[in-house]
Amino acid sequence: MIQARGLVQTFHTGRGKNTKEVRAVDGVDLDVHEGEVVGFLGPNGAGKTTTLRMLTTLLRPTAGTATVAGHDVVTESVQVRRSIGYVSQVGATFSGAYAGDEVVDHGMLYGMSRADAVRRGQELFAQLQLDGLWKRMPKNMSGGQKRRLDVVMGLIHDPRLVFLDEPTTGLDPQARANLWEHIQGLRTRLGATVFLTTHYLDEADVLADRIVIIDQGRIVASDTSDNLKAQVAGDLVDLEVAADDQVAVAAARLGALVHGAGGVDGVETDGHHVRARVQRAGRVVPGLLRDLDNAGVELDSIEVIRPTLDDVFLSLTGRSLRDADSADAPNQPEEVLA
Amino acid sequence: MNAGTSFVRESSIVFRRQIRMNLRNPAWVLIGIMQPVLYLLLFGPLLKPLVASFDTGTDNAYTFLVPGLLVQLGMFGAFFAGFGLIGEWREGVIEAERVTPANRSALLVGRLARDVIQLFVQAVILVVLGLAMGMRGSFAGIVLGVLLTLVIGGACAAASNALALTTKSEDVMAPVINIVMMPVLLLSGILLPMTLGPGWLRNISDFMPFRYIVDAVRDGFAGDLATSSVLWGSVWAVVLAALGAWWGTATFRRENA
Repeated sequence: MIQARGLVQTFHTGRGKNTKEVRAVDGVDLDVHEGEVVGFLGPNGAGKTTTLRMLTTLLRPTAGTATVAGHDVVTESVQVRRSIGYVSQVGATFSGAYAGDEVVDHGMLYGMSRADAVRRGQELFAQLQLDGLWKRMPKNMSGGQKRRLDVVMGLIHDPRLVFLDEPTTGLDPQARANLWEHIQGLRTRLGATVFLTTHYLDEADVLADRIVIIDQGRIVASDTSDNLKAQVAGDLVDLEVAADDQVAVAAARLGALVHGAGGVDGVETDGHHVRARVQRAGRVVPGLLRDLDNAGVELDSIEVIRPTLDDVFLSLTGRSLRDADSADAPNQPEEVLA
Repeated sequence: MNAGTSFVRESSIVFRRQIRMNLRNPAWVLIGIMQPVLYLLLFGPLLKPLVASFDTGTDNAYTFLVPGLLVQLGMFGAFFAGFGLIGEWREGVIEAERVTPANRSALLVGRLARDVIQLFVQAVILVVLGLAMGMRGSFAGIVLGVLLTLVIGGACAAASNALALTTKSEDVMAPVINIVMMPVLLLSGILLPMTLGPGWLRNISDFMPFRYIVDAVRDGFAGDLATSSVLWGSVWAVVLAALGAWWGTATFRRENA
């Protein structure tokens, strides 16, 4: 559905002698298959929106090629536009126009007849819980309603592939959860392939079959959420030991899981707590418990904490996603454009 | 559907959408017409005793003033058309339209059609008001004058939309328009004929295309349709329209806008 090879986008910032070339997207390869829901994750300024704008024909790549829905984004841009829906970060409707009018006009620009656009628009209003808002102006809608209206705009022509750019930014938790359900419905109900950008870890985790991580214009990882977590971080096993004199024994046993027999490196002890990261805890913890039982170690509690995507990002880039986000990233051309 | 009919269809979808929004908020149209009407009501009487000495082919103050106001309306009214576009761009409307398969020039043409229609309504109001106040003019000349007004209005609206999509900021656009409009207003002879001025000022105004258009509309109103002013004014109007159309479509078609 999407195939990109070596996509590059460079911007020029500054003036005169200070002109600098910024490679906002620096050689991106992407493959998205029909029916997949792919989460494109990265901090602000990583190149997510810029990549998306190239894939949606809004921005011509400086270098590289991309085929979207079977058509080249540069030479067959009109065919690409026919096949895709795009829900941008900033919205798609004029605040002072009636929602229904905007949706119908949008459908007609896709070549639909007025009657078809009205019928499909009203179906989508019902599906996205916008009943009764046909004659409402977006400026009088809640944030969640407005985002759902943007989704309706992106779906009016029944695209096979839907791009969503930061769909839940700025929404309150209930509205986010609600929108997530609707995004999940894009595939289950409409059979659409979904490509969404986000800088929220939980969002990528909940929605995406596969997560593609971008940082500083390059793809640094691409896999399912579970695999990403398994390969880079391991699960944190936290044992709470009942008695003081058994802490060292428990640490040795846990260490054996991490390093083979003998080592205790990477095992952290803190009072009665003994912690270490192990690969695929579900497979090894039953053995560990038997082992501890045989050694006469009594436990007050055991906890297995699955790694988060933030751990993944940290191990891939050496920075926490949150830090990367809050840090004043130098040159954020995508923010300027957005 | 061939390319031509789909272009017309897409332009008319954009046009209808724009007109619908304008009709919902007609204050804009009224504000646009207020300025020339005030000139007519408050400046016209001042001209009355002076017009005979102007040597412009008429001794009727309104026959002299209305053509200038028409051109002014065409330029000023249309130049502000782009401000609405910035608002639409900021709310993502332009980008949403650009991911549809619609021809990108149609997105501009539909908006220009709205500007020209709006201008036509304002021009008719101005002419009718002028006639009511005692303006005399040849019918053919008035038609020509309104037509020239629409042509340069379309040119200015295209330029304004292009400027809006290039700057994407009201804060940049407003001073740019002011810088352009002031010399245009002063050197086009809209309020007083350039022939009153000293030679050097007239020489400068020779380089002002809008002056020829004002002269052409004035000659038309006075009933002289075969003058060289009418020819040059029409040529300039067409040239400006071509330039505006070129700039506007280039901006709308550019990939990264």
